[in-house]
Amino acid sequence: MEPVLEVTDVVKEFVGVRALDGVSFTVRPGEVHALVGENGAGKSTLIKVLTGVHRPDSGEVRLRGEVVSFDRPVRAQEAGISTIYQEVNLVPLISVAGNVFLGREPRTRFGLVDWAKMNRDAEELLSGYGIDTDVKRPLGTLSVGEQQMVALVRAVSTDADVVIMDEPTSSLEPREVETLFSVVERLHEKGIAVVYVSHRMDELYRICDRVTVLRDGKMVHTGPLNDLSRIELVALMLGRSVSDIREHGATAFGEDHNAGKEPLLRAENLSSGVRLTDVSVSIRPGEVVGLAGLLGSGRTETARAIVGALPLDGGTVLVGGKALKAGDVGAAMRAGINMLAEDRKAEGIIPNLSVRENIVLAALPQLSRFGVVSREKQDRIVDTFVKRLRIKVSNPDQLVSELSGGNQQKVLLARWLCTRPKVLLLDEPTRGIDVGAKAEVQALIDELAQEGLAVLLISSEMEELIDGADRLVVLKDGAVVGELSGDDLTQDKVLAAIAGEAP
Amino acid sequence: MTAATATAGGIDRARVARWLQEYGVYVAVVALLLFNVFFTANFLTLGNFRTQLVQAAPVCIVALGMALVIGTEGVDLSVGAVMALAASLIPLYLGAGPVPAVLIALAVGLAAGMFNGFLVAHLGIQPIVATLALLVGGRGLALVIAEGQLVQLHDKSFLELGTGDLAGIPISVWIAGLLSVVVALLVGRTTFGRRLVAIGGNRTASGLAGLPVKSVLVGVYAICGLLAAVAGVLATARLSASDPADIGLLMELSAITAVVVGGTALTGGRVRILGTVFGVILMQLVRATLIKHNLPDSTAQMVQAAIIVVAVYVARERSTR
Repeated sequence: MEPVLEVTDVVKEFVGVRALDGVSFTVRPGEVHALVGENGAGKSTLIKVLTGVHRPDSGEVRLRGEVVSFDRPVRAQEAGISTIYQEVNLVPLISVAGNVFLGREPRTRFGLVDWAKMNRDAEELLSGYGIDTDVKRPLGTLSVGEQQMVALVRAVSTDADVVIMDEPTSSLEPREVETLFSVVERLHEKGIAVVYVSHRMDELYRICDRVTVLRDGKMVHTGPLNDLSRIELVALMLGRSVSDIREHGATAFGEDHNAGKEPLLRAENLSSGVRLTDVSVSIRPGEVVGLAGLLGSGRTETARAIVGALPLDGGTVLVGGKALKAGDVGAAMRAGINMLAEDRKAEGIIPNLSVRENIVLAALPQLSRFGVVSREKQDRIVDTFVKRLRIKVSNPDQLVSELSGGNQQKVLLARWLCTRPKVLLLDEPTRGIDVGAKAEVQALIDELAQEGLAVLLISSEMEELIDGADRLVVLKDGAVVGELSGDDLTQDKVLAAIAGEAP
Repeated sequence: MTAATATAGGIDRARVARWLQEYGVYVAVVALLLFNVFFTANFLTLGNFRTQLVQAAPVCIVALGMALVIGTEGVDLSVGAVMALAASLIPLYLGAGPVPAVLIALAVGLAAGMFNGFLVAHLGIQPIVATLALLVGGRGLALVIAEGQLVQLHDKSFLELGTGDLAGIPISVWIAGLLSVVVALLVGRTTFGRRLVAIGGNRTASGLAGLPVKSVLVGVYAICGLLAAVAGVLATARLSASDPADIGLLMELSAITAVVVGGTALTGGRVRILGTVFGVILMQLVRATLIKHNLPDSTAQMVQAAIIVVAVYVARERSTR
């Protein structure tokens, strides 16, 4: 069958980074094509090229056999490529019908908006996809899932040949996911192709016909999905061959740590909406527990729940046997729990403050007398940590935003260490920092555990988890699906657990 | 070639903008002073300096609080209304003596500020909307309290606040100077001040670092309200009348102007107290200069507008870097 969408050798480079490196793939009419890959693999860039947000540096995109080039997103839409994003990009205060026809409202003879026709058409369209809702209601009064459906109907009603869905189920309830699948089914019957981006294995295997795997900007596999087992697919995404598993990467982690007996931290049955379901994790002093799982499996959410930064529906966090007040970051910190956030820029550094002030931020009360900060005490502690963590600064009063990523990460580590924590939650501590700094951070994690800290390590890098952690808790779709330790800590067992197959 | 030149030009422009935001206000004040020394008759007289400083004192006090609020990425539109509230309460309690009257006025200012802070921190209302409520309602309440009347005040020791001297310098100027020092120390040297700046710089990160974000915000707005009340009391004493209909009118704009001209960005994360004080002095000098050269007040307003545009433009240049 003639492909409806054909991407050939597309290259897209951003300042120094090759986001797409000669990617090719084809989508046939009526097929549901899975596009998968870990963070930074190039999925978003590829989607943005297809939808006219970015223009490729080289390579071509053919739609129905013709070479196309979109200079803005609306051109892609007009040509027949519609996109549904994770977040709904519609107007909450306008009615459902108004949103469906936004920008192309039917007109009466006098050039005014024909409300009756618009409402009638919208209702017809929506019920055609099995969605029953009052089209006169403001969109914002609908649930997120319903809004997503409206966005979907809007997208397909523009006579699309290809509909791109970027993690459409990430904010949906199970019931809503079913509705979405039935809509996908109808698109399939109508011969409209769907490019489906998701990390959820179950969904992919349920609705997708073929799959294209991206890794580090390259297309590493394309073909029928059913020819791949789940474990093979995960191995492709993470860049590990299933047979070549005993090879341990060069990480700076040393031996397993002498773990104490009683858990220092116990998180029990943490639940939060659709994001976490009954997650329990315990860490002993001197132990590094790793959280494994794909993107969106609930790793970050677990850490945030433990530190009190995620509202919980249920569950408790105990430190040394004492329960913490839920949803109170301050209480968690006073009990000795610190979290190194994944997004350094948005949730970590205070860009306008100096390295010194960023380091002492959390420990300010201890470094003050009667509310007046003591520069002397600050200097002493900052000095200690700059030396110990080998933070490269010209002087401590340099702005933190001028440092490299690795040094910023060390500044944040220092921020937590100077509060003398008992539990450290590290969310992707080595992401986006250079190799040298990475090894230093890894060695430091080791050292801290040896000193008796309880460490929770989140990482997307398999070697880092396997070498760094004494025990791994595997998460999938917000729930614990396995726990591995000792001799079970091998790459194939971890992959199997992530893929949701019995080891 | 052209690209290289453009880049070089861009860097230069950024550096100029940075320098201007950092020191522009001081340079402008010095330049304006020099201009007046040479071209304005009777400028170098004690009397003139007194007048300028006395007029600037209440604005300065309000601007100090405003600088703190703006440092947290907020804004307080209600300062003028809080001044009116404070003014309206003075005649009611002056019978019991000036000290209780002033204390009550200050307490109400503090409470008004805490109310603003509560709306912003705990209910999550945008600062501009939250404080707009009190901008409208506060002055209304003040007029109700004063029954819409201007009340002449005769208590000598109270009026001393507005007209008296201490060591040859007006009391209100002493108070403004003292408060500037206190607020500067508060920002630079206390945990509260450093937390305030951190919260303005990155609220999410501050929350995750365990800072008491909400109580700091409430505290900041409370201080701003308290300072506005101080300004209201001083302005009332100087006027020797409580005039809730007129006192502090458009004060919020003067204060914001001074803060912005002083180099504090509206995007938060930075508080410049000395800059703010000089911002107040600059705006005062601009008006005085133009008036002394017989230009109408309307011209002065347009010049002020131009200065604000330049200040905001300079700040924007920098934040896009």
